[in-house]
Amino acid sequence: MATTHSRTLAQFMLFPSVVLLLAWMIVPLCMTLYFSFLDYNLLSPGTEEFIGFLNYEFFLTDPAFFESFFNTLVLVGGVLLITICGGIGLAILLDQAIWGRNYVRIMVLAPFFVMPTVSALVWKNMLMNPVNGLFAHFATFIGIEPIDFFSQAPLLSIIIIVSWQWLPFAALILLTAIQSLDREQLEAADLDGAGPFSKFFYIVLPHLSRAVTAVILIETIFLLSIFAEILVTTSGGPGYESTNITYLIYTQSLLQFDVGGGSAGGIIAVIIANIVAIFLMRLIGKNLEG
Amino acid sequence: MAIQSSNKSKIIYTLLAWSISAAIFFPIFWTLLTSFKTEAEAISASPSLFMFDWTLENYQDVLARSPYFEHFWNSVVISLGSSLIGLLIAIPAAWSMAFVQTKRTKNLLMWMLSTKMLPPVGVLIPIYLLFRDFDLLDTKLGLVIVMTLINLPIMVWMLYTYFREIPNEILEASRMDGASIKAEIFHVLLPIALPGIASTLLLNVILAWNEAFWTLILTAANAAPLTAFIASYSSPEGLFYAKLSAASAMAIAPILILGWFSQKQLVRGLTFGAVK
Repeated sequence: MATTHSRTLAQFMLFPSVVLLLAWMIVPLCMTLYFSFLDYNLLSPGTEEFIGFLNYEFFLTDPAFFESFFNTLVLVGGVLLITICGGIGLAILLDQAIWGRNYVRIMVLAPFFVMPTVSALVWKNMLMNPVNGLFAHFATFIGIEPIDFFSQAPLLSIIIIVSWQWLPFAALILLTAIQSLDREQLEAADLDGAGPFSKFFYIVLPHLSRAVTAVILIETIFLLSIFAEILVTTSGGPGYESTNITYLIYTQSLLQFDVGGGSAGGIIAVIIANIVAIFLMRLIGKNLEG
Repeated sequence: MAIQSSNKSKIIYTLLAWSISAAIFFPIFWTLLTSFKTEAEAISASPSLFMFDWTLENYQDVLARSPYFEHFWNSVVISLGSSLIGLLIAIPAAWSMAFVQTKRTKNLLMWMLSTKMLPPVGVLIPIYLLFRDFDLLDTKLGLVIVMTLINLPIMVWMLYTYFREIPNEILEASRMDGASIKAEIFHVLLPIALPGIASTLLLNVILAWNEAFWTLILTAANAAPLTAFIASYSSPEGLFYAKLSAASAMAIAPILILGWFSQKQLVRGLTFGAVK
């Protein structure tokens, strides 16, 4: 009797969360789907008409789509490469016996707490500016031509900024994982005469594989939606050189007021994110059973 | 011998770790330093590390010339408001999933998580239009609603992993003693779960404080939190490095300090319990 009572109560307690999330997910998504089949521009309201898959056709055959799709891949891939490799290195270093480890940890972690607009503007103006930035001063000091980061390599510049923001996350997660490594295993390997490289590749790296997968998937979810860093630095330019899918859809929807085209792009972004999400859900689902 | 060599490697590792972490921390350190310089010194071609005339005028300027405190207040209301409302909705849900498990519990958890993976551009236009029609554009209320909804899955998940660690025996014992469900929640469960609830709150305040998609898109002058306020410095009008630094320093300082307290919870919260 007590169980049926608490079951009903449990259902009742779940209700608000489920209804809210369901509404948040289903209602706008259905609206996006509906808009994506319309010829609908905010500048000419009242002239909406059904045009089938034409929005998708326009979006997918637009050269801007190819460029921003490619940029999205480079941005996500580049940041993942830098943060995973750097994160593993940092995690191993911070796992050693060092003096003042807590202070080192605090410094490494700090960039993660800096809001995206601040980190992007600080890097853009104070470090990467070709005239007044610190890098330019340094280049002049050692006698080389300063680089104009955002016009010569806009995408790379954004990759550098975003990597700086996410390196602490990767390092922290991987450090937590490395600390759960069984020390006796390493000592046994030591006794068997294993060198640092074989210890790394045969013991540490396999132990980290799950954490690395988690970092890759979680970062990918966030990195697919990079927006503020692009908005305040390059606004996607020059041309479309630093536009990613998220930014492309933003310009189409809210700057060109093309609701239909922007919605078709939004649905495509959802499909891309879902492909990543499926893998992440499997990983977390496995953990839920264990 | 062995002790000597381990001391030597400790020195090397320490030096290496300190120089790398100093390099990672440098942009933040440089921002703090620049915020105390004059604009002329801030762009000087031979920047000095500490030997400049320290001044507070940038802070005074930012506070005097812009409604900084309004934006700061907006950030506080939006991040704290959405986290507190989120807790009210998430605690009952996490409680019921952790202690009254059914066959559907796991699927329900996974489904909640999947809503977090929806890219914001997928719902950008409907949210924008709905906000326009309901007069929610550029209001704190609108942003609190959005922030609550986007962080709700993380809250439920974090709380769930904390509640799961509470041994069921304690609850059974209290039931044996005749405690009602209400007493069970308020006198047994909540006191034990308080640290977990506090860290969930902390992490969500941090996430909402730094959120920079919806805050930039849905606000203009009135409800803009600090993320949007700082973005207004992106227009290249004159030389403003020192003021940008002062505004940035004030925007990141509170969350930097909160963040350092939440290191451990961060791992659990952001990996949905996949790494502990």
